Amino acid sequence: MEQYLNLAVRAVFVENMALALFLGMCSFLACSKKVATGIGLGAAVVFVQSVTVPMNNLIHHYLLNDGALAWISPELAQYDLSFLGFLCYIGTIAAMVQIVEMTLDRYFPALYAALGVFLPLIAVNCAILGGSLLMVQRDYTLAESAVFGFGSGVGWALAVIALASIRERMRYSNVPQGLRGLGMTFILTGLMAIGFMAFGGIQL
Amino acid sequence: MRAFLDSIGKKFEAGGPFEKLYPLYEAADTFLYTPGTVTRGAAHVRDGLDLKRVMFTVAFALLPCAFMAMYNTGYQAHLAIAGGALPLDAWQTGAMQALGLGAFDPNDPLACMLHGALYYLPVLLVTFAVGGNCEALFAVVRKHEINEGFLVTGMLFPLVLPPTIPLWQAALGIAFGVIIGKEIFGGTGMNILNPALTSRAFLFFGYPAYISGDRVWVAADTSVDGASGATWLANAAVSGPEALASAAITWRDAFLGFIPGSMGETSTLACLIGAAVLIVSGIGSWRIMLSAAAGSFLMVQVLNAAGSTTNPLMNVPFEWHVVLGGWAFGLVFMATDPVTAAHTDTGRYIYGFSIGVLAILIRVINPAYPEGMMLAILFMNLFAAFIDHLVVRANIKRRKARYAA
Repeated sequence: MEQYLNLAVRAVFVENMALALFLGMCSFLACSKKVATGIGLGAAVVFVQSVTVPMNNLIHHYLLNDGALAWISPELAQYDLSFLGFLCYIGTIAAMVQIVEMTLDRYFPALYAALGVFLPLIAVNCAILGGSLLMVQRDYTLAESAVFGFGSGVGWALAVIALASIRERMRYSNVPQGLRGLGMTFILTGLMAIGFMAFGGIQL
Repeated sequence: MRAFLDSIGKKFEAGGPFEKLYPLYEAADTFLYTPGTVTRGAAHVRDGLDLKRVMFTVAFALLPCAFMAMYNTGYQAHLAIAGGALPLDAWQTGAMQALGLGAFDPNDPLACMLHGALYYLPVLLVTFAVGGNCEALFAVVRKHEINEGFLVTGMLFPLVLPPTIPLWQAALGIAFGVIIGKEIFGGTGMNILNPALTSRAFLFFGYPAYISGDRVWVAADTSVDGASGATWLANAAVSGPEALASAAITWRDAFLGFIPGSMGETSTLACLIGAAVLIVSGIGSWRIMLSAAAGSFLMVQVLNAAGSTTNPLMNVPFEWHVVLGGWAFGLVFMATDPVTAAHTDTGRYIYGFSIGVLAILIRVINPAYPEGMMLAILFMNLFAAFIDHLVVRANIKRRKARYAA
């Protein structure tokens, strides 16, 4: 039990997807103008991430890994399909994103409109694919990958929500002309990363 | 004086030859005399208090800490030298010897004060010169007023540095803090992170060798046998409460501030005096201080109860956490920064409580950093805006429910 808790804490804070690994920057910067949008996108990423990482874990362990097909018949044990990894993972992710998109379109049209093109783009959000690839690289079990998927999604969501609320407050700020908008957001991301470095080095 | 300022004032007003440098004139004028106008709008929209008075009160509350910074820096150096360490090969040593105080007697308060001042004042001067110039440059180019926010940043920053910090680093740090931490957001009142903390964090991550470890906290060469320059927080991390119980320091020493550490943060007493000033004048939020203390207290109880044989810091009791490191200083002067803290009262409780919990957590479970207060405050600065957002949302919801009924 304790190891799962540690893994979750590490995925949320220590190896924060957005502010320690700098993954998923495009939607992180683009969809953080309003807190409501940030929360919506964050929730979508948490959902997609916590479904796709364990799902890809199953695919990896039962279809693609070296000798993973042995459970079908012993002759198939010689095949190593891991070169299909990217293709399969991104396929799973794209399917999940489609489901999220249709759900949002049907039940939360306002949020759907606010997220715009960035919702389908979750499919190519590097934080999501990165989560699956890290899972493969670190050889997580199914339970571990579920915890890791959820944790890294929450970490990313937390970062995007914090950035969105800071940017909302910064409406009162008087940023130099040349830095308004994206430039300032980049600097802000850097400053936030300094804040998140508080957790760097924690050994759990 | 007034007549002189008025006479040169015309040159700086619109149409005069030095029109562009008006912010400089304005700063000098209002620094010396109470301005005829008070702050309107922008910076402190929630409060009618003049920004200038706020900042001066904070600077005033910092004086006990600054005083202790000078005394304790000298005292620690003399103590180490009496214990066998060699004086640093620095101009300060030469100056002390030239004054006939080359004995470095820890029992001579005047000598301690003087020696400490020789370390503290140059850092303070450099901070004000460099930071002030950055501020003035922005003020002139962007045509806003130089305001007293920098006075506080400039006083806070040297107090959280070790006495042996190279001056160029102090300059670099404060320049980063003032420009990136504050001015590009538009100046005082519009920043997200506390500028003094941003400066320190920048140095902390950029030049760790000069701002952490065992060598930097005492202004004497402690690399010789028998002399120790480690902070007590670092000692506690190695051998836990036993180190504190058996050590040469008593809790009272640590409370009064006679321990190695960053220049101004060692004395909990001086911080308490500052806290009293801030609370009585209504400038520092007692909600943040109280809830941060409560958060730390609870967290320490949890960790003490959990206990650990491998991590001695887990067993350090609350009263020691309070007097060691920068806990008290951060709590009183950094966490309560009205700009970067949460702006709503309910938000302040949450904000303070989280700082208290996080500071202890980072201290205890993160072996990479011995001190957690700075990082905990920076981290919560990031979330202050979100906490406010939630509080405001909740208020709106509650009011809607009330009027719907």
